[in-house]
Amino acid sequence: MNLQFPDLTPVMPELFMTALALILLCTELLVKKKGILAALSILGVVVVAYTLIGSSGTTFGGMFVSDGYSTFFKVIFFVNAILSVLISIKYIAIERVNFGEYYSLILISTLGMMIMASAADLIVLYLGLELMALSTYVLAGFIRYDIKSNEAALKYFLLGAFSSAFLLYGISMIYGLTGTTDIKSIALYISEKGLTENPALSLSMILFAVAFGFKIAAVPFHMWAPDAYEGAPTSITAFMSVGPKAAGFAVLGRVFMIAFASIKLEWVAVFIPLSILSMAVGNIVAIAQTNIKRMLAYSSIAHAGYALLGIIAANNEGLASMMSYLMIYAFMNIGAFAVVIMLRSEDFKGDSISDYEGLSRAHPLLAALMLIFMFSLTGIPPTAGFMAKLYVFMSAINAGYTWLVVVAVVFAVISAYFYLRIIMYMYMREPKVEVSLSTSPSLGLALGVTTVAVLAIGVFPLYLVELARAAISGF
Amino acid sequence: MLPELFFAYFAVTIVLFSIFVVTARNPVHSVLWMLLLFFHIAGLYLFLNAEFIAAIQIIIYAGAILVLYLFVVFLLNLREELKIYRFIGGWPSGLTFGIALLAVIILSIRSFIAAPPGKYSINLIREETHTKALAKLLYTDYLFPFEIISVILLVAIVGVIVLAKRRLKT
Repeated sequence: MNLQFPDLTPVMPELFMTALALILLCTELLVKKKGILAALSILGVVVVAYTLIGSSGTTFGGMFVSDGYSTFFKVIFFVNAILSVLISIKYIAIERVNFGEYYSLILISTLGMMIMASAADLIVLYLGLELMALSTYVLAGFIRYDIKSNEAALKYFLLGAFSSAFLLYGISMIYGLTGTTDIKSIALYISEKGLTENPALSLSMILFAVAFGFKIAAVPFHMWAPDAYEGAPTSITAFMSVGPKAAGFAVLGRVFMIAFASIKLEWVAVFIPLSILSMAVGNIVAIAQTNIKRMLAYSSIAHAGYALLGIIAANNEGLASMMSYLMIYAFMNIGAFAVVIMLRSEDFKGDSISDYEGLSRAHPLLAALMLIFMFSLTGIPPTAGFMAKLYVFMSAINAGYTWLVVVAVVFAVISAYFYLRIIMYMYMREPKVEVSLSTSPSLGLALGVTTVAVLAIGVFPLYLVELARAAISGF
Repeated sequence: MLPELFFAYFAVTIVLFSIFVVTARNPVHSVLWMLLLFFHIAGLYLFLNAEFIAAIQIIIYAGAILVLYLFVVFLLNLREELKIYRFIGGWPSGLTFGIALLAVIILSIRSFIAAPPGKYSINLIREETHTKALAKLLYTDYLFPFEIISVILLVAIVGVIVLAKRRLKT
């Protein structure tokens, strides 16, 4: 038996990430100051990001592919991980869950996302998804003595397991049809044998759409999101509203654009109602929320609806706009969560929308930052959120879905109500409660980075969009 | 005819037992139904000529995991159920969706065309023996997924330890 040693260059970032998580697990025993662990994990992620350079290629018999598409998504995951760690340091100390494993779990979850983005085989895809999801379930229930955190973890876990069952059913069905789990071979077999008309193939495609719909929290598979986002530690809410969603979009793009390329019309017809429903339910239900984490959960459901427009366009331009949307979303959403975290102090929860009343009087700088993030989430120029929406809408119009973009714009206008309501509360109401901020240098750094990114991308969007287009070119 | 009957028996009982597992009031009964369920799944594996997996199913799932699970259920004093008011309607809507999904699956699965079988035919496996064939595959073609699973198991261990830790004082 000749065992050929696989080429490890394409998986270098993943190997480094695993090593980093393991090193952190061990240093946790020796180092008493948790800040060092956070610094180590941020530095480590930067090193891992550096190993992305020159990692392109395919390995493990075509199961793992590192291309521009996966690299772009990995950068989103790194941004997500670094910013989440930055906003966590003080917060988990306040919540008294300052355990070292927290950082390892964030890194392992990121590792799962990286594997998902690079998966060229359905088995690898499934395992990456489980790796990401399992660590996120634990993180969601990290505040063990808090019943809401328990609820968040349990609901996320049960519905996540439920969606995994759908994914496995879809995988087994397509394996039975084509005899392979390799994404490219599936596409080849389907077009060779003329399976395009087969209803079993459509059923498999729908099962995939359901499973990924759960991960990106698209309506009607969003039921877990508000409870999970509200109960989870706020830093983890920020983490899981960006990372798993982006990873879900990454696999969505790869599986549907390659494996199901021959039944494009069918899956576009599945995603159009999903997108409209996500925008409708997300934006309308968000109006009724009184808890800011819940409101941002519904907002994240709505944003999944907008980003789906890029998938619906079903071409490289659409995918590139979806990718830049997710990158921008990472910055603006984590920025908003950083503000929410700042309001949390020892004896003050600060997650109710009414806590923002009159915030501009006592803390004008924080109110101004929140204003920028809310403008960006609404999509008002000159912030990045506007550019994100603009490119997604443009790609959908170019693909011939003008009516869908009209619907999306109507819902974007509705969304202005609840985003701008926070600004109205901050600037036009009298403060009712005295809010003391829990500031820390790392939180300040996270806010600085996200603000600069949101404004810079808003003013010079072309760099990011060109980057996304270049990344997709070899897809 | 006989294989179909055999399969039908296992398929129907597996579905029935899984319903019993989730509806049993007593957690110990629930675990015991699960034990029966695992035995039947092992039967299905045998039916597919996968003797090694059937044995593993019984030794690991039924033998090790479930017994451990039973200990946990005994240790937790689950006399009283925690009841929380629910505001979303129960089974009628779920049943409707379930039946609709079943109908869609039955309708579309009828046109299912199986792909030609791969190189691991029953005869080849009989020659090579199960353990060897499986091990060879796991350490060559499926090396990467195999390594990912090791990280997943690590997450499970870390997660259990984290969730069982004491609350910090400061």
